[in-house]
Amino acid sequence: MGDLVQLVFSGTATGAIYALAALGFTLLWQAAGVINFAQGEFVMLPAFGMLFFMAMGAPMWLAFLLTCAMSMLILGYGFKRVIVDPLIKHGVIPLVIATLGVSIAVKAMVRAGYSAEAHPFPSPFPAGQFALAGINISYADVGTLLMAGLIVFFLQSFLNRTVTGRAMQAVAQNTDAAKVLGIDVKRMVLYVFLINAVLAVVAALLVTPTYLAKFDMGDSIGQKAFFAAIIGGFNQTRGALLGGVLIGILENVVGFYVSPAYKEGVALVLFLAVILFRPEGLLGKTEERKV
Amino acid sequence: MNRTVRALAAALALAVPFAVAAQTGPIKIYNIVELSGGGATAGTNFDNGVKLAVKEINAGGGILGRKIDLQSLDTQTNPGVAKALSQKAVDDGAYVVMGPVFSGSIIVSMAETKKAEITNFTGGEAANITQQGNPFIFRTSFTQSTAMPKLARYIKDGLKAKSVAIIYVNNDFGKGGRDVMVKALDAQGIKVAADISTDPGQVDFSGAVLKAKQSNADALFVYTNEEESARALRELRKQGYDKPIVGETTLTGQKVIELAGDAANGAIAHVGLTVDAPQPAIKAFDEKFTKEYKYKSDHNGMKGYSAMYVVKAITEKNGKVDSKLLAKSLHGAKISAKENPGVLLDVTFDDNGDLDRESFLVKVVNGKQVVTDTLPPASAK
Repeated sequence: MGDLVQLVFSGTATGAIYALAALGFTLLWQAAGVINFAQGEFVMLPAFGMLFFMAMGAPMWLAFLLTCAMSMLILGYGFKRVIVDPLIKHGVIPLVIATLGVSIAVKAMVRAGYSAEAHPFPSPFPAGQFALAGINISYADVGTLLMAGLIVFFLQSFLNRTVTGRAMQAVAQNTDAAKVLGIDVKRMVLYVFLINAVLAVVAALLVTPTYLAKFDMGDSIGQKAFFAAIIGGFNQTRGALLGGVLIGILENVVGFYVSPAYKEGVALVLFLAVILFRPEGLLGKTEERKV
Repeated sequence: MNRTVRALAAALALAVPFAVAAQTGPIKIYNIVELSGGGATAGTNFDNGVKLAVKEINAGGGILGRKIDLQSLDTQTNPGVAKALSQKAVDDGAYVVMGPVFSGSIIVSMAETKKAEITNFTGGEAANITQQGNPFIFRTSFTQSTAMPKLARYIKDGLKAKSVAIIYVNNDFGKGGRDVMVKALDAQGIKVAADISTDPGQVDFSGAVLKAKQSNADALFVYTNEEESARALRELRKQGYDKPIVGETTLTGQKVIELAGDAANGAIAHVGLTVDAPQPAIKAFDEKFTKEYKYKSDHNGMKGYSAMYVVKAITEKNGKVDSKLLAKSLHGAKISAKENPGVLLDVTFDDNGDLDRESFLVKVVNGKQVVTDTLPPASAK
């Protein structure tokens, strides 16, 4: 029983990181109708950004803040203005292809600059663990869970309890009605892109100590975040959280009780099951669109 | 008749310069290695080692007065790509093919060099590479069949362990090593308490480490590639694993220590080559490599470097650039590091292409490999 609790706790911490990246998927989809297949690279790039600032002598917290600013500028504002705005009027498919192109280009650039080798990335949390009721819990898992949990809590509070957050939700639910109500739709959509950029930096900070900074580290994260978003419900932010945590826990449990060799397939199997039996996702709502 | 003679003469006139160029032009050597994908760390080091040796050899006048024309190609850690690139090297008239480093790739790609009778050096350690009757394949490091018994003996005599948990990567390299190690442990009367398979490129080792902890074995044997080794060491540290962690060369390489940080401290490994070895030729190599690339070489850099000097030594002994003759001369060859410092350690090759030389036991202390013992060549016992 102790093993299971330990696996669930550690899996929840890993799943919380997937959830952060998955949140970005759902937010962009709801607010702007964008499916960003470069989401994994949006996590990878800030990891190298932080490494760059740390190599320049900045402490980790400063490197994190500077990378947040850079990320909002490039992966938030820049991505929206250069890629999304010109292509969104042509529909989802050209945009999906464009994000795939962005993914390849970003990987190639990072590989050219930092080589194809992995680079060490310091953990923001102390090493070691402590025992609680006979269960060994690592400081890294506690820190990850706390940080991801706080980010999600503040994000949900922002979306539900502030005027700007509610305006963003209104835009996500019905853009035309939001316009009629006098909401600055363009500004709200920009906010969503900026939030996604910051979520990516937090995910990078939490996941890179384990994944190691490498040009293709985003492949796996992006894939799992996408699966998490689909599993939970692409049109529900809470769904992304559930999907991410579910994948994290099941990966750990399957890895321990079945075989570590099968853990990478867990997200895919869960994704297939949801697509077959509940296509709108576990917490998603059926959407109707006119063709 | 006259027209035929004229045509033949013209063809001969065209062919002669090419034939002369083939005997006097640069010697083509192809370095087919993992410059991206999961094997990037190993491949990049191997590549840099070969490049450094070629630079030195060319600066010294080349081999038999001919410069080396080195081409480095990226297999992307994909056996299919490695095979296609080997075919390209064959088509381009390569004298020697270096690499790939990964066992899974060389097992597939060496069919091309064998068909073309071109000498092929590999960094792969899987035992079955040299057990397929290919007279053109040669190792740059120990076969697992040589290395694992040495390590099993250390686990028994040095660590006094009676049971071992094994974490291995499920590819040709890891599965081959695991199989040989299980036999070697059995021969020493050591019980395998947990046998844990992991995926190539796996990032999360929490389940594997937890399983190893639960097995309560006296020691843990980790046999994965470099990046996975670093991740495993980090997870072992995270979960507070406190038993001896032992492995082969890939557990304590320079890159692994860099990636794993403090988590690498205490790891013990049997290594064929290490820049921390006390031999003067190795010290000289370490200085040159660090100066050239601004980082310390791991064993793969040393493998590539020494293999190039093996090619130089045997080719010059043969007196001509003939790949088939090179392979023939390599079987049973003994190359002295005193006469050829580039080979780093005295080395011998057997009829299968397996090599033998001294090896080392190392322990990571304060982020550095410390040689704790020098083991004699297996043939010396």
